[in-house]
Amino acid sequence: MIVFEKPKSLTDKEFHYCPGCPHGIIHRLVAEAIDTLGIEGITIGVAPVGCAVMAYDYFTCDMVEAAHGRAPAMATGIKRSLPENIVFTYQGDGDLASIGMAETVHAATRNENITVIFVNNAIYGMTGGQMAPTSLPGQITQTSPYGRDVKTAGYPVKVAELLSSLDGPEFIARVAVNNVKNVRNAKKVIQKAFENQIQNKGFSLVEVISACPTNWGMTPVNALKWVEDNMIPYYPLGIYKDKSAQKEAENK
Amino acid sequence: MANKVLMKGNEAIAEAAIRAGCRHYFGYPITPQTEVAAYMAKRMPKVGGTFLQAESEVAAINMVYGVASTGRRVMTSSSSPGISLKQEGISYIAGSDLPCLVVNVQRGGPGLGGIQPSQSDYFQATKGGGHGDYHLIVLAPSSVQEMADMTTLAFELADKYRMPAMLLADGTIGQMMEPVELAEPEEVVFTEKDWAVTGTKMQRKHHIVNSLYLNPEVLEQKNMERFARYAEIEKEEARYESFLMEDAEYCVVAFGIAARVSKNAVVAARKEGIKVGLIRPITLWPFPKEVMAKAADRVKGFVSVELSMGQMIEDVKLSIECRRPVLLCNRTGGMIMSPDEVLNSIRALCGGEAK
Amino acid sequence: MTTQILIAGFGGQGILFAGKFLANKGMLEGRYLSWLPSYGPEMRGGTANCSVVLSDDPVGSPIVNHPDVLIVMNLPSLDKYEDAVVPGGTIFVDSTLIERKVNRQDVKSIYIPATKIAQQNGIPTLANMILLGKVMKETEFVSYQGIEEAVRSVVSAKHADLYELNLKAIRMGYEYQEQ
Repeated sequence: MIVFEKPKSLTDKEFHYCPGCPHGIIHRLVAEAIDTLGIEGITIGVAPVGCAVMAYDYFTCDMVEAAHGRAPAMATGIKRSLPENIVFTYQGDGDLASIGMAETVHAATRNENITVIFVNNAIYGMTGGQMAPTSLPGQITQTSPYGRDVKTAGYPVKVAELLSSLDGPEFIARVAVNNVKNVRNAKKVIQKAFENQIQNKGFSLVEVISACPTNWGMTPVNALKWVEDNMIPYYPLGIYKDKSAQKEAENK
Repeated sequence: MANKVLMKGNEAIAEAAIRAGCRHYFGYPITPQTEVAAYMAKRMPKVGGTFLQAESEVAAINMVYGVASTGRRVMTSSSSPGISLKQEGISYIAGSDLPCLVVNVQRGGPGLGGIQPSQSDYFQATKGGGHGDYHLIVLAPSSVQEMADMTTLAFELADKYRMPAMLLADGTIGQMMEPVELAEPEEVVFTEKDWAVTGTKMQRKHHIVNSLYLNPEVLEQKNMERFARYAEIEKEEARYESFLMEDAEYCVVAFGIAARVSKNAVVAARKEGIKVGLIRPITLWPFPKEVMAKAADRVKGFVSVELSMGQMIEDVKLSIECRRPVLLCNRTGGMIMSPDEVLNSIRALCGGEAK
Repeated sequence: MTTQILIAGFGGQGILFAGKFLANKGMLEGRYLSWLPSYGPEMRGGTANCSVVLSDDPVGSPIVNHPDVLIVMNLPSLDKYEDAVVPGGTIFVDSTLIERKVNRQDVKSIYIPATKIAQQNGIPTLANMILLGKVMKETEFVSYQGIEEAVRSVVSAKHADLYELNLKAIRMGYEYQEQ
């Protein structure tokens, strides 16, 4: 018999997320990885500024709340202080790829032994739907009311591609949570990003293509379709960098 | 002076921090504090500690925030423009009630300013610096020996009151060498704090380090509690040095390097028969208000000597409730007054030119 | 007694090092002291100066505005600081690099071709220490006795080979006789 249960490392606190928001799924995938690996007691999570700002209330492990974009720096401090513990950050696109880009790139290039869960929904959710660094060309948001014009607002930042060009990081991958198959794969990849840290392999980042029905102005179902039709073609899924696997392949 | 070694002020800070059990340093190069980072880069690996040259001052202070969350001694150092960048993190650390040490070896400003010594970050250090209701404990060393001693003291006070402490030095004290006697190294004993994040080990409810309180009633309460603690600090921790104040009719107030220059001037004025003394605030926050107020009962006037356009003078005036004239003797932008300039201000004060 | 010393010249002449030697010498003699360099990028190839205060009492200001002893290794430094010297003070001039004489009549002026001596003896970078030898000969604020220990404390282990050369330079300055 299969019983659907809440992962142990999620608290009983009700999520504050909007109806149809995939943050709940992604929280769950992180918690399942923590449960599977039996690391709840040694894990410390770093919450971002953005929709997931109150993630510290949802995970049963020790949690801290970082300044906007600084989660990888704060995680660096925690990991350097407690190298035996497991440290993860949970960040959105504005947090990680705009204001916190320097902290992201440098934690990656130092191959800081942390796990970064990067939720890319192409918009600023918490502040009410402004253009994100990952908003697609032509995408209408509160601050790109005529559609993102790449001539003035530039192009979206492809985080997985950008970071995988660095020599430092161990593992960079992009997954999505828009259908069952993708969720299952995301679960596997997120777990790997934690396993890498346990094995002291270094910086592991998983970009999770998500959705924001509320600020995209769509029904949850239409939002998931928009992910399929627009987001994934621009942000192809896959493993972008896996240094250990690459080394293994070279040794064969 | 058998046990003394000749050290730069910046180096004394670094060595004293290690001896005080600090094993984590995060910094970014900037003149005139770079020796702190250079010293840490050399020493930390030898004592099993962390030296990390961060990508920016912003990152460095947030790394400090991370270590502070785990309840361990941690520090960063910078000079004025870099300290401005750190203010965001300092505000978060204060708002999360965490201890840490921030060193500011001040240089002239505003903007990129210059690299010569200054005290013009007084307001920034003592009145908050970043956003929100908070204070730092601010210590103002005026010798290389004090750079070392106050580093130790800053860690102790920060731990005791769970708040960030700042060492507010300047380029002169940072760059100069004097003989210094260092404290015996403290053994690094890690005691589990009942607020730190170290992993629940499945034995307790999770700890949350946080400065976010969306409910204004809760945030107000938090700030009230913090300020109750501040009130205790103001009562208990104000420190100062008194020099020739017993029979003084005039009082010079100066801290850090300006106090050194002022001492020469006070000695010279005494030779002229002017009964003048010096009060040197050692803690700038809490400001030693009481001793100023008491001095105002006896002396005819004050001179505030500072390397700024006049910042500490406001605290002097507030402390004495403007009962006596307070002259300003100042240089700024990296210039340092000579003892003669201070002497002239003392003469002006006792010559009745004080308005 | 308090002696305020100002050493000034170009960056690269060992101005700060000379000051460090005096500071260490003072410390070994159990004096109070301070050593304060000019700092920053302008030092590289530009002017450098260094304030040293030696005293029997705790040092007040470490900034030397009016030196009792001025040691100069280039003309701009003599031009800049000559008038600041206290009446009755002493000015040491590297006469290889500074052609003019000291204008002041109320100070003692001592000339030594330190750079030339250094070059002739194969220690071209140690004119600073030759000057210090002369300073120790002509003044009494630090003792010539025990220079070995003071040199040892300023020459890093990495450059142990320079220990003898520094001593040699100080001795040459100390024993220098005007021809």
